[in-house]
Amino acid sequence: MSPEFLYTIEVIINGLMTGVMYALVALGFVLIFKSSGIFNYAQGVMALFAAMTLVGFQTGQIPFSHLINAVLGTSVHHFGWHIPSFVAILMTLLVMIAFAWLVERYVLSHLVNQEPIILFMATIGLAYFMEGFGDLMWGADIKKLDVGIPSGGSLWIEDLTIKWAAEGTTFYGWYIDKLDITAAIVAIILVITLTLFSQYTATGRALRAVADDHQAALSVGISLRAIWVIVWSIAGAVALVAGIMWGAKSGVQFSLSLIALKALPVLMLGGFTSIPGAIVGGLIIGVGEKLFEYSIGPMIGGATENWFAYVLALVFLVFRPQGLFGDRIIERV
Amino acid sequence: MSESQLAAADTTPDGRPLGGTLMEMKNITLRFGGVVAIKDISFDIREGEIRAIIGPNGAGKSSMLNVINGFYHPQEGEIWYRGARRKAMKPYQIAKLGIARTFQNIALFKGMSTLDNIMTGRFTHMNASLFSQILWHGKAAREENENREKVERIIDFLEIQSIRKTPVGRLPYGLQKRVELGRALVAEPSLLLLDEPMAGMNVEEKEDMSRFILDVNEEFGTTIALIEHDMGVVMDISDRVVVLDYGRKIGDGTPDEVRGNQAVIDAYLGVPHDD
Ligand SMILES: Nc1ncnc2c1ncn2[C@@H]1O[C@H](COP(=O)(O)OP(=O)(O)O)[C@@H](O)[C@H]1O
Ligand SMILES: [Mg+2]
Repeated sequence: MSPEFLYTIEVIINGLMTGVMYALVALGFVLIFKSSGIFNYAQGVMALFAAMTLVGFQTGQIPFSHLINAVLGTSVHHFGWHIPSFVAILMTLLVMIAFAWLVERYVLSHLVNQEPIILFMATIGLAYFMEGFGDLMWGADIKKLDVGIPSGGSLWIEDLTIKWAAEGTTFYGWYIDKLDITAAIVAIILVITLTLFSQYTATGRALRAVADDHQAALSVGISLRAIWVIVWSIAGAVALVAGIMWGAKSGVQFSLSLIALKALPVLMLGGFTSIPGAIVGGLIIGVGEKLFEYSIGPMIGGATENWFAYVLALVFLVFRPQGLFGDRIIERV
Repeated sequence: MSESQLAAADTTPDGRPLGGTLMEMKNITLRFGGVVAIKDISFDIREGEIRAIIGPNGAGKSSMLNVINGFYHPQEGEIWYRGARRKAMKPYQIAKLGIARTFQNIALFKGMSTLDNIMTGRFTHMNASLFSQILWHGKAAREENENREKVERIIDFLEIQSIRKTPVGRLPYGLQKRVELGRALVAEPSLLLLDEPMAGMNVEEKEDMSRFILDVNEEFGTTIALIEHDMGVVMDISDRVVVLDYGRKIGDGTPDEVRGNQAVIDAYLGVPHDD
């Protein structure tokens, strides 16, 4: 095979793996949007907050230490212990569930039957609150997240693929990051688990029921508030996974919350209400932006990954405003 | 209490004994801003009967069902259920009391299959913890299987085996109405509320639906309160009828009594309607 061809395949594979990560973030949006009609602006900040909390627990950081020190004149910062990654992840999960409960109790329950725009604005407020709260709790410095996921290029894949190139050509093999592979596997397992849960359990059916028709769901005995807590908890768990993968890749810092901006074009492509849409949309954008950067990028000065997804989504919007799998929107007259 | 005991000796038009009072609405008034949808209405529902609520469009029939199942909260009046006054409750809590319903404009989960729709009707009977559900283990697995059996029985009863896996959004109107009935039935309710179960159906579908309603009442002994426009059907299947007009009650009694009531004839039967 020609090196040209092999490089293209490598770009596509890397694109798919980036796409999985986009899909993961988009999934969090879709879950909440489907069940409550809320566009949760805070999804990205939730990922950041989850990652910060995880690092904080792991490294035995004392929460609110800046505040404590300022008030009491002390200079505490760490407990001096380390918590194993697995336990710290479970603890963070509990925090995200508690967060979901608080959001429902103190924000959403006061806004029942409000216009979507009001709910959207409430989530903007929530995002800024969480961002500040996270900084206050764990400090605003850039943190390294290490939960033991292998990283660096996979030598095995490199060795394997180097032999595929035609005799006499230069080809160094595929560079595929082990972290990306792990992230893709975790994301796939997460999606399969969520699908099974929603298809084959009573609560899963209730989630789908609420997404479909609130009144009918109430009439069979489903409490919307309980479902919202569950949905926000799941979105919190998804944010945690995204936060771990993204944080392990590029550090835990404010920019992590901007991955939400990558989810937007994915949602425009896949539709706001479709889980398969979020996945396929994520993959298309991941592959699209990598291929574009690889083939056209060098001619126009590179750095196309910053804007390509939006242009693709806009072009797409013109032809199919409801997204790939979204419900067709028909105005009632 | 003693009044209902006394009344329990009454019989239905077809000779079956009427049970004690299951539900009693006392002086219910419901307003929407300036609109009075229900004005000082009282009536009761007896155990085991088919109670029809009739009246012209806008009379307040649907509003009454919505009051019973908790979608609307009346400004005045009392609701008594199983001999106790019911406090203001959320619809999902009322579902847990054993009150199930269908809607005038079908409210199914359109994206879900017939089977899944009817499965949601078992929600109030599911007690397994979320944790056990996630592991699909122990109680959750047992409950899923038990509920699935009940659902299959209802599917057989309603003769909808052939559409078990079809997303209900794709079904014709008449079948959707039947699935919605199934979802309410599978809850094994003590009180079943049906809002125009036969609206928009052809004669044959109406006959099927009437038969199902009568069978439910006879085989399961379910108490039913239903709203219906087709007077022929109402006279055929109901034990007692309450007649509303402009939010007031203008008649209450057996189909024959109601048919002979002048106020009812003027307000409703005399008015031609094109349903
Ligand atoms: N949610 C609501 N908001 C405002 N008005 C309502 C609402 N529901 C019913 N109404 C009004 O109450 C009256 C009775 O309506 P309804 O109970 O639907 O009548 P019916 O079912 O007998 O045709 C109507 O005037 C209707 O406009
Ligand atoms: Mg009505």
